[in-house]
Amino acid sequence: MNAQPAAAPTLVGYNYAYLDEQTKRMIRRTMLKAIAIPGYQVPFGSREMPIPYGWGTGGIQLTASLIGNDDVFKCIDQGADDTTNAVSIRAFFAKVAGVATTEDTEAATIIQSRHRKPEHALREGQIMIYQVPQPDPLRRYEARETETRAMHAYREYALPYVGLYESYARLGRQASGAGHPVLTNDRYVMTPSPIPSFDNPKLDNCPALQLFGAGREKRIYAVPPYTSVVSLHLDGKPFETQRWGGACELCGSTESYLDEVVTDDEGGRMYVCSDTHFCAKRREAGEAALAGGQDQ
Amino acid sequence: MIGNEILLEARGVTVRYGLTVACDNVSLDLRAGEVLGIVGESGSGKTSLLTSLSGRLRPASGEVLFDVGGQGLTDVYGLSEPERRRVRREEWGFVHQNPRDGLRLRISAGGNIVEPLLMCGERHYDTMRGEALEWLSRVELDVARVDQRPSQFSGGMQQRVQIARALAHQPRLVFMDEPTGGLDVSVQARLLDLLRGLVRELGLAVMVVTHDLAVARLLADRLMVMKNGRVVEAGLTDQVLDDPQDAYTQLLVSAAM
Repeated sequence: MNAQPAAAPTLVGYNYAYLDEQTKRMIRRTMLKAIAIPGYQVPFGSREMPIPYGWGTGGIQLTASLIGNDDVFKCIDQGADDTTNAVSIRAFFAKVAGVATTEDTEAATIIQSRHRKPEHALREGQIMIYQVPQPDPLRRYEARETETRAMHAYREYALPYVGLYESYARLGRQASGAGHPVLTNDRYVMTPSPIPSFDNPKLDNCPALQLFGAGREKRIYAVPPYTSVVSLHLDGKPFETQRWGGACELCGSTESYLDEVVTDDEGGRMYVCSDTHFCAKRREAGEAALAGGQDQ
Repeated sequence: MIGNEILLEARGVTVRYGLTVACDNVSLDLRAGEVLGIVGESGSGKTSLLTSLSGRLRPASGEVLFDVGGQGLTDVYGLSEPERRRVRREEWGFVHQNPRDGLRLRISAGGNIVEPLLMCGERHYDTMRGEALEWLSRVELDVARVDQRPSQFSGGMQQRVQIARALAHQPRLVFMDEPTGGLDVSVQARLLDLLRGLVRELGLAVMVVTHDLAVARLLADRLMVMKNGRVVEAGLTDQVLDDPQDAYTQLLVSAAM
């Protein structure tokens, strides 16, 4: 995490990790405040980044402010390491910060993500960075920023529950597949980026530091290690995570988040792990075990 | 039943916008179960007075006192902001002239009715659902439409949803600003009938602002007539309307006939 501009073999003409040092300091200060007040959205001076809003400008700015020569960077999009956005952001930091990149969740020190938290449990010392499109869980129902700020300040949290009421009334079930609101540290209601509700329980009491960056909305918030994160629910309607009838058709996992993949135009489809690294590792282990069995 | 205890009291409330004086030294009191009408032409300061009495606009001078939590009269503007907001959402209800000001348009009718319950701490889905359906039938709307959004309702129906939302958490005091404004005459009449029934049935204390003397006559026990920010006449509704003393009130009454 200690930037060492002089030693880094990076792109000529750019500052180490793309952002100038003053901006990084500002973002680090904001992050410290966010960590001090878990779940509270701290405004920051979001910069223009060389990608459009919505592609992860908030996450990239957090990563750029934290990354140093000895970091190992992993980036995922929808759980996958090999999607265009993930590959590009990884290549970006390899180029501007000269860091090692990886697809291995355990080996990474900084993991930037959109939509998912990796299946493999994180450990102390790792930093999880989420790209956030809409940081305020109240914004959907209340357009006035002055009003939502007052609601957060005074813990007036009726609105997210109105959303839950709506989903049961209109659909008969919990509608929020992603971005289900959570109560952080028993104080602030926050939106856990658009991660699926499947990943919500993984935010609770996590050993790793979790940071959330919204570039367009210019907000940073955080969940420090070992902080309580509770998904909101109505009495009589317990919080639910996604379930699938079967297992991943590639690695056979029944515990991971599954993506439905259409395989042909005749209705053929298969369910596979959305976390590609998790899936690949399980398949490797399975093949190794199989090979070991044949040897005997 | 009009109680003895004073619920809301204004003492010399003056509201100014820059040099313009919207409300000049207005004093009044309102008892539990009583309906007070404030009438007057456009620009007479009715709405400014209501806004100020309902804790949304600090008066330039004067005091607004409310019986907070049944603990006796307390200066509304002396309360801390979170406490004032609590009083507004738990002990008061609001009916705006334009239902779009009082409703959340992206949330179903049922959601709008349960929001005040949630604000008061209710969290049980089945209880809230029951209340939503109950209130829809109380304001004579089709309960089958409970999950439709206000935008799918007509103006008169939106106003009914707003009334349900304003009353669902059983407030002790309801502020109404032209509750039947902008509706056609037959819809107005039915809505007034409904409002009158609810007010009597629930024993609500209401402060209703209107320029429509018919509304005032039907709803209000007492009437205050305002002109240029001043109260020119006050008294029992029938007294004021049948035997107006002030020249302006006489003009207003004869204009309405």
